[in-house]
Amino acid sequence: MNEIQNLTKGFFRENPLLVLVLGCCPALATTSSAFNGLGMGAATTFVLLGSNVVISLLAGIIPDKVRIPAFIVVIASFVTIIDLVMQAFSPELYETLGIFIPLIVVNCIVLGRAEAFASKNRVFSAFIDGLGMGLGFTMALVILGSIRELLGSGALFGLKFIKGDGILVFILAPGAFIALGYLIALINRLKRT
Amino acid sequence: MEYILIIISAVFINNIVLSQFLGICPFLGVSNKVNTAIGMSGAVTFVLVLATIVTYLIQTYVLEKLGIGFMQTITFILVIAALVQMVEIILKKISPPLYQALGIFLPLITTNCAVLGVAILVIKKDYNLLEGVVYGASNAIGFGLALIILAGIREQLDLADVPKGMKGVPVSLITAGILALAFMGFTGIVK
Repeated sequence: MNEIQNLTKGFFRENPLLVLVLGCCPALATTSSAFNGLGMGAATTFVLLGSNVVISLLAGIIPDKVRIPAFIVVIASFVTIIDLVMQAFSPELYETLGIFIPLIVVNCIVLGRAEAFASKNRVFSAFIDGLGMGLGFTMALVILGSIRELLGSGALFGLKFIKGDGILVFILAPGAFIALGYLIALINRLKRT
Repeated sequence: MEYILIIISAVFINNIVLSQFLGICPFLGVSNKVNTAIGMSGAVTFVLVLATIVTYLIQTYVLEKLGIGFMQTITFILVIAALVQMVEIILKKISPPLYQALGIFLPLITTNCAVLGVAILVIKKDYNLLEGVVYGASNAIGFGLALIILAGIREQLDLADVPKGMKGVPVSLITAGILALAFMGFTGIVK
């Protein structure tokens, strides 16, 4: 498979959130605004890139039987790095994303890519795959965050477009489920035609 | 009284799935049938309570004693993975029927963010061991409650005429949204 295809598959054809429906927990919890979605996406992309590269490098060394725990340790190390970095450089975002930064470790996307792709491919391919998947996930989060922010408070990235209060429920928990449900339904509809 | 507050708050008001968004993957994955939903909630309850106790002890007596709190994520996930594996082996040996019932769900639990999430929340909220266990157990009950309710609704949905593009995940998510809306009605029970 050529590398360009490898990079772009994460955006639409195999979008981790909208098509494969992986990583729902952070997607629902952190998309109350477009900016939060972007922050979460960036953190996940970093972890994906790091873990994909390292796991691809170590693939020949890790014994097959203990590969899952080994992958988890690699992923957890990168999560710890991003956790500390965010705490230091953007405490505000860190506060909003809260528990979902350490929880990147159990995000199915990261372990899924490690197991399905990185451990079987060369470093460069793994890097491209991580980048594509990470950016695809970020894109999905920003779309979801934008929809919720626009409907919920009439703003986008904090800039107010529509006067008034908006439909508050979209900022709250139920709106997350409903917005993601309709978004996936839309993708399903587009995929068929 | 304090414990009752923790229970009501965790089961109804801040329901782990419907308002904290933890454990969505199994919530969507195994909510096709009420029976599997019950099996999954049993397995989660078991592992969650056990994991809360073990991670709490490790946090207080190892990580904090040694001043390596930043190792929390790595340690916790390894402990949970090992714990799940151990529970699986023990169950297989001492109670084959229970293993039959829970077996397929156990490996899935390692990557269930509800377990790691609750373990971290217990530390964040500064609970003591007993409060932590009560909190863990009531979150597990909340998870089971949401899962079984959704499974019941989805069994009915199979009979309904759902538009093609909405079938499967989308309609489950929207159902979950309406369920979350209903659970929001509990807000304000406890101050």
